[in-house]
Amino acid sequence: MRDSLRGIWVIAYRELLRFFRERSRLASALGMPIIFLIVFSEGLKRQIGVLAMGVDFVKFMYPGIIAMAVFINAVFSGLSVVWDREIGFLKEVLVSPLSRSGVVLGKAVGASAIGLIQALVMLALAPAFDVSLSLKIVLELIPIVIVLSLAMAGFGLLIGSRMRSQQGFQVLVQMVVFPLTFLAGVFFPVNNVPRWMEIVSKLNPLTYGVDAIRRIVLAGEVPRGTLASSHPIIGVTMFGHTTTTIEDVAVVGLLGAALLVAAIFSFNRQV
Amino acid sequence: MSHEQKTPSTVAPVISAAGLARNFGHTRAVRGVSFDVAEGEVFGFLGPNGAGKTTTISMLCTLLAPSAGEATVAGYDIVGRRVEVRRSIGLVFQDPTLDEYLSAIQNLRFHAYAYGMPRRIRDERIHELMTLMELWDRRDASVREYSGGMKRRLEIARGLLHHPRILFLDEPTLGLDPQTRHRIWEYVLDLRQREALTIFLTTHYMDEAENCGRVAIIDEGEIVALDRPEVLKDSLGGDVVTLRVEDSEAAAAELLASHGLSADLAGDAVSFSVPQAEEFVPELIRSFPSKILAVAIRRPTLDDVFLSLTGRSIRGESPDNNQQLRRFVNTPGMRAQTR
Repeated sequence: MRDSLRGIWVIAYRELLRFFRERSRLASALGMPIIFLIVFSEGLKRQIGVLAMGVDFVKFMYPGIIAMAVFINAVFSGLSVVWDREIGFLKEVLVSPLSRSGVVLGKAVGASAIGLIQALVMLALAPAFDVSLSLKIVLELIPIVIVLSLAMAGFGLLIGSRMRSQQGFQVLVQMVVFPLTFLAGVFFPVNNVPRWMEIVSKLNPLTYGVDAIRRIVLAGEVPRGTLASSHPIIGVTMFGHTTTTIEDVAVVGLLGAALLVAAIFSFNRQV
Repeated sequence: MSHEQKTPSTVAPVISAAGLARNFGHTRAVRGVSFDVAEGEVFGFLGPNGAGKTTTISMLCTLLAPSAGEATVAGYDIVGRRVEVRRSIGLVFQDPTLDEYLSAIQNLRFHAYAYGMPRRIRDERIHELMTLMELWDRRDASVREYSGGMKRRLEIARGLLHHPRILFLDEPTLGLDPQTRHRIWEYVLDLRQREALTIFLTTHYMDEAENCGRVAIIDEGEIVALDRPEVLKDSLGGDVVTLRVEDSEAAAAELLASHGLSADLAGDAVSFSVPQAEEFVPELIRSFPSKILAVAIRRPTLDDVFLSLTGRSIRGESPDNNQQLRRFVNTPGMRAQTR
């Protein structure tokens, strides 16, 4: 047990150490989402303008991009396992007394910490998108970013434990994660799209993560009546029921727990 | 050749393997090896690439489960008590396992955290080992900036950081130049004195195996001989004489007929072992019916032992003329460098 707990923090510590030591990684992790935000909002502001219920498109997209940055970062924690295997460092970890489950959880915790840094940096840009912030929003966002990160890290680590090459991992991510990202309601509401897309989006667990973050960040922006409409721009409507934030987080959390357990089993079988 | 195993009987063995085997699919990488290593011993596994050395070390270090047989390391079963085994051993892998994006000292600190070393001991120990390995001045440099030899030294320092009882070295000087290899060995033997370490190493370099107290010669997953290097070499029956002749087969026949010596053939060279070669060779030349073009006499090496046991050289599968010629010009100690 002590080896397990120590494993979590030792591995998480290294993830953070590397994040701050590699300037290029730091720059891309913080710079990319910001570039996304600026380009999309500036580029689409005049084309789209205002969504239903008077919510500004840019405001709508802003929390979506925070969510996207968080889960892409988390999925890539799986890449760090593949990378460690390629450079041989994984052996140093595997021959140490640290438990395998501690190693997996440590990678996930490290990814969550990095995701949290990203989310907070992006949140600081809220005034630029005319979104008003409060301490309540920040405090509520933190646990949700952590749950979302842990869940997606579970997915990345499950893949990473099986992959031998970084290219293989990247290809899989491009084939699975990017399409899911685009169908997760990051850029447009999922309740008012063609039927097939609506079904895929609502089966997509990322949708619930995006929605949870959006509901918190836009808490003060979306008029009350929105949720009651037939096609609300926030919330995920299914069989006439629109999800609450808690339900969103529960979907992501349960799936994440299952993915992490699967990743631990998969990682244990490697040795 | 004696295949029996000499186990120092006074102390309990610190490593003990019995019938240890590992298959990969239908490939039998290690086919049941048995040996004991005594506390404080430098024990070597010598054999060509693919003989099963790394597979054996991986099993002993709990990175690979054995397909059959059992082993204890520091008194702990390698399957049932993995964590205790891992705490008792230090390991330097054949391929680099450092995080090149971190600094040298960060790599060591990570190791100390992973092994749960208390802070006070940790900092002292890092300083001690980095000083010993002459890396202290470069402690904050990224490992990327380190040379091959420095990386190896750092890995050895890391392997020893948590005061292991046994240090495993898998091909510790692979890919390093001769001077660096020599230095690494000075460090290792010095550390062994200071730390009362048991060292288990694998190598395919003859000269490296000479540093071992005992050597197990391994071929195709089996131990074919196990003893002190001198004993193994003496078992060949004297010095190795190599003759370069015009007709090697006729020369071999003549050696057998007149002197009762069985010779190995390789191109235009014949080799055989004979006691007191300095006295024998002049006599041989006087009485030899055909022309002898060149003569080389040397003390046998472990490669000769391997050759006599398996019919192959450790370095190449079948020595061609070129390699055979090199034998004339190289002293035994230099041979591994001419690969």
